[in-house]
Amino acid sequence: MSNQNEKRFLKLSGLEPMIVNENMNFINVGERTNVAGSKRFLRLVKEEKFDEALDVARHQVEGGAQIIDINMDDGLIDGKEAMVRYLNLLMAEPDIARVPIMIDSSKWEIIEAGLQVVQGKCVVNSISLKEGKDKFVKDAKLIKRYGAAVIVMAFDEVGQADNYDRRIEIAERSYRILVDEVNFAPEDIIFDLNIFPVATGMDEHKLNAIDFIEATRWVRENLPHCSVSGGVSNVSFSFRGNNPVREAMHSVFLFHAIKAGMNMGIVNPTMLEVYDDIPKDLLEYVEDVILNRRDDATERLLDFAETVKGDGKKQSGPDLSWREDGLQDRITRALVKGIDQFIVEDVEEARLTKNRPIEVIEDNLMVGMNVVGDLFGEGKMFLPQVVKSARVMKKAVAYLLPFIEAEKSGKQEAAGKILMATVKGDVHDIGKNIVSVVLACNNYEIVDLGVMVPPEKIIETAIQENVDAIGLSGLITPSLDEMVYIAKEMKRKNFEIPLLIGGATTSKAHTAVKIDPEYDGSVVHVNDASRAVTVVGDLLKEETKEKYISDLKADYDAFRIQFLKRTKKKEYLSLQNARKNKYQIDWENSQITKPNKLGIQVIENQDLRELVDFIDWTPFFRSWDLHGKYPAILTDKVVGEQATELFADAQEMLNQILDEKWLTAKAIFGLFEANTLENDDDIEITYDGDKKAIFRTLRQQLKKHAGKPNFALSDYIAPKSSGKKDYMGAFCVTTGFGTEAKAKEFQDNLDDYNSIMIKALADRFAEAYAEFLHKKIRLQDWGYAANEGLSNEELIKENYKGIRPAPGYPACPDHLEKLTIWEVLQVKERIGVELTESIAMWPAASVSGYYFGNEEARYFGLGKIKNDQVKDFAERKNIALSLAEKWLNPNIASN
Amino acid sequence: MTKIQDLLKKRILILDGAMGTMIQRHKFTEEDYRGERFKDWKQPLQGNNDLLSITQPEAIKEIHALYFEAGADIAETNTFSGTTIAMEDYGMEDLVYELNYESAKIAKEVAKEYTAKNPDKPRFVAGSIGPTNRTASMSPDVNDPGYRAVTFDDLRIAYKQQTEALLDGGADILLVETVFDTLNAKAALFAIQEVNEERNIDTPIMVSGTITDASGRTLSGQTAEAFLVSISHIPMLSVGFNCALGANQLTPHLEVLAKNAEFNVSAHPNAGLPNAFGEYDESPEQMAAQIKEFLDKKLINIIGGCCGTTPEHIKAIADMAAEYQPRIV
Repeated sequence: MSNQNEKRFLKLSGLEPMIVNENMNFINVGERTNVAGSKRFLRLVKEEKFDEALDVARHQVEGGAQIIDINMDDGLIDGKEAMVRYLNLLMAEPDIARVPIMIDSSKWEIIEAGLQVVQGKCVVNSISLKEGKDKFVKDAKLIKRYGAAVIVMAFDEVGQADNYDRRIEIAERSYRILVDEVNFAPEDIIFDLNIFPVATGMDEHKLNAIDFIEATRWVRENLPHCSVSGGVSNVSFSFRGNNPVREAMHSVFLFHAIKAGMNMGIVNPTMLEVYDDIPKDLLEYVEDVILNRRDDATERLLDFAETVKGDGKKQSGPDLSWREDGLQDRITRALVKGIDQFIVEDVEEARLTKNRPIEVIEDNLMVGMNVVGDLFGEGKMFLPQVVKSARVMKKAVAYLLPFIEAEKSGKQEAAGKILMATVKGDVHDIGKNIVSVVLACNNYEIVDLGVMVPPEKIIETAIQENVDAIGLSGLITPSLDEMVYIAKEMKRKNFEIPLLIGGATTSKAHTAVKIDPEYDGSVVHVNDASRAVTVVGDLLKEETKEKYISDLKADYDAFRIQFLKRTKKKEYLSLQNARKNKYQIDWENSQITKPNKLGIQVIENQDLRELVDFIDWTPFFRSWDLHGKYPAILTDKVVGEQATELFADAQEMLNQILDEKWLTAKAIFGLFEANTLENDDDIEITYDGDKKAIFRTLRQQLKKHAGKPNFALSDYIAPKSSGKKDYMGAFCVTTGFGTEAKAKEFQDNLDDYNSIMIKALADRFAEAYAEFLHKKIRLQDWGYAANEGLSNEELIKENYKGIRPAPGYPACPDHLEKLTIWEVLQVKERIGVELTESIAMWPAASVSGYYFGNEEARYFGLGKIKNDQVKDFAERKNIALSLAEKWLNPNIASN
Repeated sequence: MTKIQDLLKKRILILDGAMGTMIQRHKFTEEDYRGERFKDWKQPLQGNNDLLSITQPEAIKEIHALYFEAGADIAETNTFSGTTIAMEDYGMEDLVYELNYESAKIAKEVAKEYTAKNPDKPRFVAGSIGPTNRTASMSPDVNDPGYRAVTFDDLRIAYKQQTEALLDGGADILLVETVFDTLNAKAALFAIQEVNEERNIDTPIMVSGTITDASGRTLSGQTAEAFLVSISHIPMLSVGFNCALGANQLTPHLEVLAKNAEFNVSAHPNAGLPNAFGEYDESPEQMAAQIKEFLDKKLINIIGGCCGTTPEHIKAIADMAAEYQPRIV
């Protein structure tokens, strides 16, 4: 059942499920409900103050713990009885019991007693080979029968693993026993690879952190589907008492360990510095120690640690004369200019002048935000600035919240509550985040569910939070169907609130024709963040609502009728006739170049600097709603100033990305012998020796003017019948590793601006990498254009020979073909780029596609196809017709 | 005999309908329940439906036959309360083995008869394993939330006995059903695995949970997906939902299973929600019309009925299901 290509995720449950998929970067395990680690918890259990002991767990869950570890191993209490009693009580608290439980004990009888009282799928912490294989197997079998996941300690009969080799030796042996002999589900295995302290002064401890990190990398690459966990605070043990250093050590360690594949761990969130906020010098010293980069790293950090015991962050300021202005002016200026440096002190000053803290928001901050809103409405401020303003606003509100809570006098009246989500299977969220921020700036409360949100969760949250509107976003075509599905569900659940649709793949046509008819409430396509505010305002304001909504429905009805009328006029060829009218290449005389190197190659750690020149900046500006071609946009009369400022910020981050290696770029590509098969539309390739794979292409069916062919990509490859040997390629590049962590760091720091920026830049890098790699292929690996000398501008205009179409894009809109590319190149196994349920690439900043080298190859758009081709495609691919219909849906002609 | 796993790849299989509703039609009296053998039993026995397999076996056989006649592929044994825990109410703990054994035997006899009549449509017997009347995850005492009226081991032992008797009597499948507390179900599944290991067999297991109300959760508080995750360590023949809700209300929860489960998906909903008199009055046509949604959406592999359904309901459902393809697992 389990094969290596299939993604298998660790799934746990409390009252709610927790699926540890690639979208969950890191699972934080709460550790305060552990008598061995918390004196307070021990005392509460000993004194049978179970209500307070439950509060400890509740506090953890509220603080973001996604699993809670419960340990009752103490000589002075009856561990088994305490475990059962505590878990039984905990199960009666739905706000705690919603998360999965980690049953932590060194005694099997306590573990088993715990497993017998929890209905959800738990994690057992832990088993190991310490007492030999027999006991290990026996325990594992029972854990399997109870239906729990397990943490396996890197410990065997000889002792605890304390170096790289021993860690992987024990991990591999444990894994093989569990998977091969016990038949344990590999995704249910979590390795604890032992985090030990560094900078202890002892030489043998120098490699402790780096060995853990490297062993983690090995385990994640070589033992499929398993997870890696650990207790992070151990690493900084020698700096007890010096929190700034410890916090920096934790975040540096995590930064590197997570990149290596650690996906779960015990971390105290209050003991964690934001990686980016670590002062440069401290960062350097800490990284030297964690990564063991210098012999004297420990000494240097120890010396430096003395100086950072206090908190001495430096300040730099250009023109601070505005600080002399009146309070409101300062707040307004901070908001308009997006300066967050002084906002907390200004807000505090404002708070002291008010009766109630809420008035600071209602008066001072809203005055400032109204200025922002007006400027934005007048087109004098642009999106990037508004996002920066929002960052300042968020900081200010975050500061005030505790005071407001303390006062408990009710909340600020928001203009409305909007649920935002990128739909299931889709990972793209730049646009959604921008709309969220803009709406938040305009006093809407945003419930942002993030990316890959299942429909049930959207519906459930909408009900629970009683939201006033739902906004859905998606970039890839399967997301369109998800949106239709959600609209249906909303109808089924008798929703009446407006549904907003946005994202690159959405359109007014799709919204009007496919989504609007499924839902009785209003459905609006909003693809422009600056329109979002007016639209939502009109939808929600009592005065305008009724008229706006009925106008909207009428508009969409009219649009739909018009659209359907128009589409009906189109004429199509049968697939058979379309094939007859295929694009003909004169294969006798066409030049075919044999690649210099056939086969598959991987490029690890591509230097990002080499890619910078290949970046096409125009789409970058577009993603911020600034329209115009680069570089002309920088001097544009209207948006030039803003574009220049945005570009400067982008350059600054770009340099950081390069200097601090935030992102990892990887690529895989293959060049293969290829021929088109007899049916005209399938291309067969040979790879890995004599393995065969078939790429299914789709053919245009719209009836063309005389003499114009009906294209399919297969037309660019010599047919088998020609007797010619031809070639094609496939590739995937990514620059996305590291993006998510960085974006989240920014977001956690209330910095949406930079969070969006890093994603936008990663996307640009990925496209640049695709361009860069294509050039390398043309010039070297395939070498059919060895003499090509094109400027970057010409590259961007795609003036070169050969094409690199991507599945999901106009020439081959069928995403399913990505699966074939993944299978042939082993993309996931070799460079780690995965496909979501909707076959989107993850990390998002990735590009994949084919290479066609024939000089006659041109890009084209497939357009609409007819049912005969869908049926034929399903048969060729040997998949159910319904599946083919689902994936090709956006391209199927409706008549 | 054809393997049920192979059949499931080809078509939607039909589970039978309610046993209780059919028994009610007979309007059995206390004396009927007791029969000759238990005429002096110290406790009242009316309502102990499982007992009828011993005291009124012909009636139970007839019900199975009616369901097979209506098109059911799988009959459930009359053993919903066949554990020492549930039988405590009647003081019949010692009779548990016999009750299960006889119930399975009766059902198997009828199944064989129908398979012989039409070998192209083999009939199966699913040993019905109910939730018992106690919960391992919740306290019956609001003032003492840490209290439990039953433990995992109590349940495991009771379920093991029931499982052994059902298999000895000839059950082809075990159906852990009407799961309102996942921990109870896990104890049953644990017991079944023990029996499978001891006997070196691989009995197909069906699990069917119950979503109790509009909150979309089980009585013990789990969402449909959390329920699925909690039992997915078992290589189940199918997972599904039954009881509590009508077909209409069950759709979203089945969709969760259909999307996430690596197993076949089953459903045996009630004939709608009970009316003010506690009766189920959805007609066969009404119910089938709702089940059409499951079929249109390709949500299920096994379909049947729970409270309030009759052979007429099952026939309407079976006739319609024959026109549809099963969900692809």
